[in-house]
Amino acid sequence: MIHPYIPNSVPAVKQAMLDAIGLESTEDLYRAIPADLRLDRPLDLPAPARSEAELLRHVRGLLAKNASPERKLCFLGGGTFPHDVPAVVDEVINRGEFLTAYAGEPYEDHGRFQALFEYCSQMGEMLTMDVVNVPVYDGFQAASTALRMAGRMTGRGRVLLVGAIGADKRSRIGDYCARALDLDVLPAAADGVIDLDAVRAAVGPDTAAIYVETPDYHGVVHAELPDLAAIAHDAGAELVVYTDPISLGVVAPPAELGADIVCGDIQSLGVHQWFGGGHGGFIAVRDEVRYVMELPSRLFGIAATRVPGEYGFGDVAYERTSFAIREDGKEWVGTAAALWGIAAAVYLSLMGPAGMREVGETVLAHTRYALRSLADVPGLAVPSAALPHFREFALDVSGSGRSAREWVVLGRLAGIEPGIVIDDVTLLVCVTEVHSVSDIDRLVELFAETAGSIPSAGTLAGRLATEGSAR
Amino acid sequence: MSRLPVAPKPPLRRFHQARWDEPIVFELSTPGSRGVGVTGPDPAIGEPNVTLPPVLARATPPALPELSQPQVLRHYVRLSQENLGADFNIDVGQGTCTMKYSPKINEVAIRDARLIDAHPAQDVADAQGTLEIIYRLERMLAEISGMDAVSVQPAAGSAAIWANVSMIRGYHAARGEADQRTEIITTAFSHPSNAACAKTAGFTVITLQPDANGYPDIEALKVAVSDRTAALLITNPEDTGIYNPRIREFVEIVHAAGGLACYDQANANGILGITRAREAGFDLSHFNLHKTFSTPHACGGPAAGASCVSAALEPFLPGPVVVRDADGTFRLDADRPLSIGKVSPFYGVIPNIVRAYTWIMTMGAEGLREVAEVAALNNNYLAARILAVPGASMGYPATPDRVEQVRYTWQQLADETGVTTEQIGWRIADFGTHYWTSHHPFVIPEPFTLEPTESYSRAELDEYARIVAEVAREAREDPETVRTAPHRQTVHQAGDEDLDDPDRWAVTWRAYRRKYFGEGVTP
Repeated sequence: MIHPYIPNSVPAVKQAMLDAIGLESTEDLYRAIPADLRLDRPLDLPAPARSEAELLRHVRGLLAKNASPERKLCFLGGGTFPHDVPAVVDEVINRGEFLTAYAGEPYEDHGRFQALFEYCSQMGEMLTMDVVNVPVYDGFQAASTALRMAGRMTGRGRVLLVGAIGADKRSRIGDYCARALDLDVLPAAADGVIDLDAVRAAVGPDTAAIYVETPDYHGVVHAELPDLAAIAHDAGAELVVYTDPISLGVVAPPAELGADIVCGDIQSLGVHQWFGGGHGGFIAVRDEVRYVMELPSRLFGIAATRVPGEYGFGDVAYERTSFAIREDGKEWVGTAAALWGIAAAVYLSLMGPAGMREVGETVLAHTRYALRSLADVPGLAVPSAALPHFREFALDVSGSGRSAREWVVLGRLAGIEPGIVIDDVTLLVCVTEVHSVSDIDRLVELFAETAGSIPSAGTLAGRLATEGSAR
Repeated sequence: MSRLPVAPKPPLRRFHQARWDEPIVFELSTPGSRGVGVTGPDPAIGEPNVTLPPVLARATPPALPELSQPQVLRHYVRLSQENLGADFNIDVGQGTCTMKYSPKINEVAIRDARLIDAHPAQDVADAQGTLEIIYRLERMLAEISGMDAVSVQPAAGSAAIWANVSMIRGYHAARGEADQRTEIITTAFSHPSNAACAKTAGFTVITLQPDANGYPDIEALKVAVSDRTAALLITNPEDTGIYNPRIREFVEIVHAAGGLACYDQANANGILGITRAREAGFDLSHFNLHKTFSTPHACGGPAAGASCVSAALEPFLPGPVVVRDADGTFRLDADRPLSIGKVSPFYGVIPNIVRAYTWIMTMGAEGLREVAEVAALNNNYLAARILAVPGASMGYPATPDRVEQVRYTWQQLADETGVTTEQIGWRIADFGTHYWTSHHPFVIPEPFTLEPTESYSRAELDEYARIVAEVAREAREDPETVRTAPHRQTVHQAGDEDLDDPDRWAVTWRAYRRKYFGEGVTP
């Protein structure tokens, strides 16, 4: 068949090429594959689209089964967050020069080396740390690797996970650290405060790291970091802190509060939500050999060229990677999320220090407004309300007479996604700069106007039955 | 004065890459400038901004650059011009990576707010289209691999290898053999991530070296297997382009010892519709959607991986899985006690899942077969042209049949001229294309690996071969030009001594300014 994507599918061309190499047919190309390993029939696949228009009609027909995102007012976070994405970000990352490049050398792909160096450098400023890796897959991977790094550095076999951590991330850490680290867990107290005495009691001589998130899964920004750092360091352990860099225009960077390894996700920095498919992970450390040599990822360093005034780039300490020494390297390195790193570089360049401060202030203010407004609704409570929150908070609905899942169903009937169900009585509510006060007020009204157009119990039960495992 | 007609083009392009001499973005900063407006706190709140406790308030603003919007755009567009995308170069030099055409219509298809702005925790009723695409793609990849069940949740190829290794670990644990089956066997010409993921998951790695003909040594495998064997992780065709015809025997030897067989099909481009993991008896396999299935390589990701498994391994797949109910609706099933859990934060790299789906829906069964045949034809055609270059030869010439790529060697040229494969790569960049040596360690000396895929015309393959021949000629007649390359690229040769010296390397601008200009302090 002559296919538009396959230049040499023209039969005359194909024949001329076969003639040039002395073969009779393309079958001869497969003479090394034994007959009994050959597929003896065509693949059973749907008939292909005959034109671009037909393809688009098909795909858009499928996507028409998705609700348009404007149809519901969403207060969903939990790892994927709604933040504004400047147009210039998409313009840059959709350029074919970046989009379709891969793994070229520092000469012919100078542009991606410099762009990623600038990503790492701007992240370094947000985090006040001198070493930031080229992105890994996502925050889950970054957290998992940060803990494995601490395990290798200390030669110890346990890590202590403190406070609110999402169940899926906790599961992923468990999968990734199995056979290398045992996980001790100190779950979050209802009031969000970290019980430092309990942490002290749980840390032992075999503890490689204390791991904590700020903002944590419940949105709490933790002031206990210096105490946790002291406990970790007294025990010879590392303090691993997971954070979201979009908070760091206003919140003190974890490194200044004692963190040794800082990790997290960069989706907030200029990457769209993509149904949870737009993630990249970062790991940052101090510029000390004992940390740097434990990173599995690529590190792009600045280099001098033969020409004065010209910046070159190259791989730093490449010999630690699995690319260089296979299983003797640190974990592994492979294709991950570089283009999202470039997106974050453009985002941070556009935002600058003022933009990052402003977005942080907006998120803080909107979060406080939503938190207080909801906590004031009879039957609702935010047990951690005394602590600062960034972007999210855990809303206790136990006094409302309805479960968290029931509230989600009610919300959806009213065109609102009110939050993520954490447990029977808790919703995780997310508010960012994309929400206005009137948006938040609509959410508050949903809860406040329980006497409104609430469906009958039967309708609600039916909805709950079809709800399935939305998470 | 120049007069018409214009003379014919010379045989080699007089290429020069963009050289903007672009500063680092921090050097472009003008205090007070800004690149984008930000929505401030809604005035309707009517309260002052939140004041954080002193310990939590950032004392010093981040020292980000301050630029206006057009300056930011120009800076990054200039950097993009200093980058060689597959959109415009004859990208056959990056063997093992399948640098094929990423169709533009797929970009049109994904730029849809119903994908871009969707949240993964939203009502599944509002995401039926996305779930259906995941479901359909997984079914199509099941057919293409011959395996029973597929998950496209892994974020990349190596992430899929990890998922497969984790499933192997779970499978043996479920049978009470976790403590016994502690070894994973792989081959020297399988991607390094097979060995590295196995090690990271706690396995001891045994690497089979190639035999004299370039095949993984089956006698070595027989020695290596035992009741400690958890699995074999193997590529076929391997990075040499050599197809191992005894692959089913390899699988059977491992099965007889109670181990699992896992097929690295990151690059399946030469055998689509020709032979599958199923026919060779594998228990697990994986595809890279950014290689065989055309999603753009994106400077090194986001990518996407697909883990494909037999029915026996299906319970261990990453979860939740997308299932189709009898009434045709789709839902997410997380009630899977043996699942290794989520390997990605949600359901995988959605833009690439949709791109791979649209690509397969553009090709169909016949098109995929055409991809494979032309990829193999292009490879063998290019090989004939490359092997005609004095000083170049094929690794393992006694096994001349190659599928989609060839690992070559410049041993002879290096012996005669002292010019290395790495230096040849520097010079080839001057002609506007890529050239990659090979994965380490260099089992074949002075290696390079070319994989032309189906996406380049005969004339383009001829052009690439002319470039290689020209650089080989220069290596003999003007080696200094090669050794001092690149000359027509964005930048000139850089020293690499500083990159391995902890006192001198600089991974960020702040580290560079601190180490060389005494600025700032490390926390």
